Amino acid sequence: MFRRERSIPLRCSAAALCNNLSVLQVPSRNLTHFGVVHGPSAQLLSAAPEGVPLAQRQLHAKEGAGVSPPLITQVHWCVLPFRVLLVLTSHRGIQMYESDGSVMVYWHALDSGDVSPVQAVFARGIASSGHFICVGTWSGRVLVFDIPAKGPNIVLSEELAGHQTSVTDIATEPAQGQDCMADMVTADDSGLLCVWRSGPEFKLMTQIPGFGVPCPSVQLWHGTVAAGYGDGQVRLYEASTGTLHVQISAHARAICALDLAPEVGKLLSAAEDTFVHIWKLSRSPKSGHTEVEHCHAECVPDTQVCGVRFCDPSGSSFAVTGYDLAEILRFSSV
Amino acid sequence: MSLRTLPLLFLNLGGEMLYILDQRLRAQNIPADKARKVLNDIISTMFNRKFMEELFKPQELYSKKALRTVYDRLAHASIMRLNQASMDKLYDLMTMAFKYQILLCPRPKDVLLITFNHLDTIKGFIQDSPAILHQVEETFRQLTEIYGALSAGEFQLIRQTLLIFFQDLHIRVSIFLKDRVQNSNGRFVLPVSGPVPWGTEVPGLIRTFNDKGKEVKKIEFKHGGHYVTAPKEGSFELYGDRVLKLGTNMYSMNRPVETHMSGASRNLASRTQESIAPNPLAKEELNFLARLMGGMEIKKPSGPEPGFRLNLFTTDEEEEQAALSRPEELSSEVLNIQATQDQQRNEELARIMGEFEVMDQPRQSASKGDDLLAMMDEL
Repeated sequence: MFRRERSIPLRCSAAALCNNLSVLQVPSRNLTHFGVVHGPSAQLLSAAPEGVPLAQRQLHAKEGAGVSPPLITQVHWCVLPFRVLLVLTSHRGIQMYESDGSVMVYWHALDSGDVSPVQAVFARGIASSGHFICVGTWSGRVLVFDIPAKGPNIVLSEELAGHQTSVTDIATEPAQGQDCMADMVTADDSGLLCVWRSGPEFKLMTQIPGFGVPCPSVQLWHGTVAAGYGDGQVRLYEASTGTLHVQISAHARAICALDLAPEVGKLLSAAEDTFVHIWKLSRSPKSGHTEVEHCHAECVPDTQVCGVRFCDPSGSSFAVTGYDLAEILRFSSV
Repeated sequence: MSLRTLPLLFLNLGGEMLYILDQRLRAQNIPADKARKVLNDIISTMFNRKFMEELFKPQELYSKKALRTVYDRLAHASIMRLNQASMDKLYDLMTMAFKYQILLCPRPKDVLLITFNHLDTIKGFIQDSPAILHQVEETFRQLTEIYGALSAGEFQLIRQTLLIFFQDLHIRVSIFLKDRVQNSNGRFVLPVSGPVPWGTEVPGLIRTFNDKGKEVKKIEFKHGGHYVTAPKEGSFELYGDRVLKLGTNMYSMNRPVETHMSGASRNLASRTQESIAPNPLAKEELNFLARLMGGMEIKKPSGPEPGFRLNLFTTDEEEEQAALSRPEELSSEVLNIQATQDQQRNEELARIMGEFEVMDQPRQSASKGDDLLAMMDEL
């Protein structure tokens, strides 16, 4: 059972984008940071455990040539071995900041040289893998940035080809031992999933084909890919082989966000149908296959949910954002 | 965001405008031939080939202000006149109706079905005018050609673009409140029952597979809603059962457009920010308007046809009252161009809007945008 906790007010409402909530837990300072995209601006705020807002900051997409103010597509904290960076993607490019958003340390403009006039140009999908930050783009290319332990000397080290349509989301996990093959998965608008092994050069290991609907959100847990689709399905695949293990008809509308509490194997799914579900993932000792159990269903009335995140490592609390909602809703288990 | 959004935005808002005008014309007992002329003139202007050509070019969505100006012009494409207060109310009703339709749209692709619903009803208004009917069907074909091939991902981007455009609009509309599709705080009700979108399974099943792809276990779970399977898919053909009711005419003789629009409860903070900041895009937007309305062939009244004023409220006093009590920031949106019966003023406006046929010599200038800005300052 979960109960509603005190909401955290936002200056501006959340936009109807997918994966529109990023959470950075800072247990050492008893703080939680939240990041939400409004449209042309994104809001960062930090809150104390009871949800009392402490500080807030607004970031904007860098201006460029164009008719209207550029829209932000996503904002996400990347935890690297020696630092935490905040990454902001927009219809102009990629901005990286120190974790409190105070200083921009890097700007990468998207190349829209040969683009047909019909094509929308943007970056979307952000994840860190070791000392790399990977960002997806409208063309399907995934940009890999090499991040130094400190300072602004960030370098674009690789461009990964694997997708033919716009990237939607990227998920990573620490390499699971010597024989672990896969530690990154990228997803796109066609539903195609690409599974990669990170390194000085990233290697494409497997491709898991889509079936005509976008895959807006993806997670990776102990070699299992959890993917949420535009038709409300959540599917679990074996990352190294692409074999389908579990298919859940989880939601009645497009899934907008997934999150993971890796220590306990809990998966959070949220969709435009106003529901948030919590699932328990486990590996069957007999078959070695991933299994799923449904734990909890939460309805956020009349809210088209656009972002969801666990707020603590045990997965006993989570936060939700919704389109047009100028607050972050919080739930914790009783 | 998506560069393919404007035609869908324009056609659906235009459709809602026609539904409301049609109902008000009948409620105000405007003679049938005059009412028909008004609708015919507006529809014919909307679906004019040159205008549609401009509309369908891939482009970003412009500001609400710029779009509102287009509808002001469109509403005055005939012998009918609307006061500011009525035009404001008309636009608010149009906007909230389409926002509702987009929000409740089952699949992103279904926005096309909503558009077709509007076009189907528009065709009903002009049954007696084969020429205009042909224009509408031509637009239908263009829509099918461009949007028929788009992927689910591209439709998702279009839907997101539209929702961003309508973000923070929470005007309470009496007909929605009465039907319980809108809450008293201005938010729309999102039902958790009914048919799932075509192609989606009813939630509640966890299926497990073995390495060979064979299903080995099936478990049900309680998902919280009360959904049923979708009966059938709506038709995307020129003629067909759309199945979806969104975008059909909800105003009829028995369901009049309510005169009491219960207050405007927008997010004032974000609205004020938008109107205070100087708009560096004004020139670009005026270029857009000039191009778009340059394609609008507004028919001049042929003879001494007397115009008439349509009121979106029940009485003139109500209309006056609404104008006075309208929050400042909601009125500031409008570029103050009012088409009047004054012939001289009409000519000046026509020049500004880019209809160079009226003038003997087109005005020479370096940039059309500067030109328009200068002229508007003179007004």
